[in-house]
Amino acid sequence: MKLGYVFGEVGQGLKRNLSMVVSIVLVTFLSLSFVGTAALLQLQIGQMKNYWYDRAQVAVYLCSEFSPAEACPQGEASADVKTAIEAKLQDSTLSPYVDKYYFLDHNQALAQFQEEFKDNTITNYVTADQLNETFWVKLKNPSDGAIITQSFTGVAGVEEVRDQRSYLDQIFSILNAASLAAISIALVMLFSAILLISTTIRQSAFSRRREIGIMRLVGASNFYIQLPFIIEGVVAAAIGSILAGGTVVAIVQFFVQGYLAQSLPFTNFVSLATALTLVPIIFGLGVLLAAFASIIAIRRYLRA
Amino acid sequence: MISIEKVSKTYKGATRAALDSVSIEIEKGDFVFLVGASGSGKSSLLRMMLREDVPSKGSIFVLGENLISIPARRVPYFRRNIGMVFQDFRLLPNKTVFQNVAFCLEVIGKSPAFVADAVPSVLKLVGLDGKQDRYPNELSGGEQQRVALARAIVNKPQLLLADEPTGNLDPATSQEIVNLLERISAAGTTIVMATHDRGIVDRLKRRVVVLKDGQIVSDDRGVGYEKAEEAR
Repeated sequence: MKLGYVFGEVGQGLKRNLSMVVSIVLVTFLSLSFVGTAALLQLQIGQMKNYWYDRAQVAVYLCSEFSPAEACPQGEASADVKTAIEAKLQDSTLSPYVDKYYFLDHNQALAQFQEEFKDNTITNYVTADQLNETFWVKLKNPSDGAIITQSFTGVAGVEEVRDQRSYLDQIFSILNAASLAAISIALVMLFSAILLISTTIRQSAFSRRREIGIMRLVGASNFYIQLPFIIEGVVAAAIGSILAGGTVVAIVQFFVQGYLAQSLPFTNFVSLATALTLVPIIFGLGVLLAAFASIIAIRRYLRA
Repeated sequence: MISIEKVSKTYKGATRAALDSVSIEIEKGDFVFLVGASGSGKSSLLRMMLREDVPSKGSIFVLGENLISIPARRVPYFRRNIGMVFQDFRLLPNKTVFQNVAFCLEVIGKSPAFVADAVPSVLKLVGLDGKQDRYPNELSGGEQQRVALARAIVNKPQLLLADEPTGNLDPATSQEIVNLLERISAAGTTIVMATHDRGIVDRLKRRVVVLKDGQIVSDDRGVGYEKAEEAR
């Protein structure tokens, strides 16, 4: 009977305020979808960092005939230059940082280039002598790239030193900005969701002020009076949260795994299992926010 | 039962005190009329007894509770021992007679079995048997006030507060309501009733407390309205 009363009141309140309830559902749905998307992006960044930072190498590009004159005044790097660089990589100052290194001559560089761009017509126009001979250096700790860069930049016969991490950092900062944007939008929408929930609950309380008055008069506990309103807000937000959780799972299932993973087969994308762990977090967040907003709203109403 | 000492209340923005150093003792089983003009403080005093309001000054004990210091979460449990009726009945229009009375038991957590048992018997007591499935707008004013009374006493309160319960009723109907109040009083319930109705006060010859401008100007037993008014 007691629970029957509570859920009867919740049902009535939801019906009476249907349009407001629908807007709560939509706003929580959208805002939590943004929260979920931002979380997915962060997870993706983390996963890609782990994967790519481990593989990132520092490239020491040697001068070729086609190098610009200001970097390589003496033209094609000589055999002496190569021996000097190799010696430097092996000596006691640099060797503690270097995991391993290998050398690609013009032909090997061309082979690697053709392999990387095998579906691209550019391979028809590139010749071996256009590609720099390169020392690829793999570091023990990928964040020590600056040491190699400093040691070889400006050395005679070296055109340029490139830390692959600097490319990655650009990609990651773009992804980071995207997830920050998603989080900002989510925060604004969550704030409006809280306001919308408390307005709805206050309106619902106002339409039942007679009942509330009688309940106070005959000594119903505050908790008992508040419960239907809190549940009302929570139920509406819970529906939105479930939709948002479904959206996050759908994004991973159909867009990330179904599309991105097919078109970029060598990238490690967030898995469905990871997305599923986000669902209860999103749900919990939605329910907690709604409960918080409802409690504040009904408290203020009861005190007045 | 009720012990009020030097209670004063000034509402925010009001220049004059609604209650000005009011002291009154009410014993168990008393039937007390509060009389006085509109704005004399009758309703304020009843609100204090129900702890709808807290005095600005003074002390007030009702049913052994110190209403100045009672924690907010105990107030509902305190109110379960008090019944209250109003001039405007305050029934829920979308509930039947039975549901109106049952509602106030359900919301304090009484079992369905208790409700099914208590509601018909209290409706019989107030003379509404056979009308339990009517809605308030299908009832006369007197019948609506009977429903309100049934709701107030169904939980067997020790104290019944009535704020001009006959104010909207014709004299004959008022008399029926007062007869009911007398029966409730005879069963041992303490009753405090604010009223304008001279006829009732004169006929019942009970304790009459006269309020004027927030002060008690007379407190006599067994006198009529006129005498009480003259006494001040």
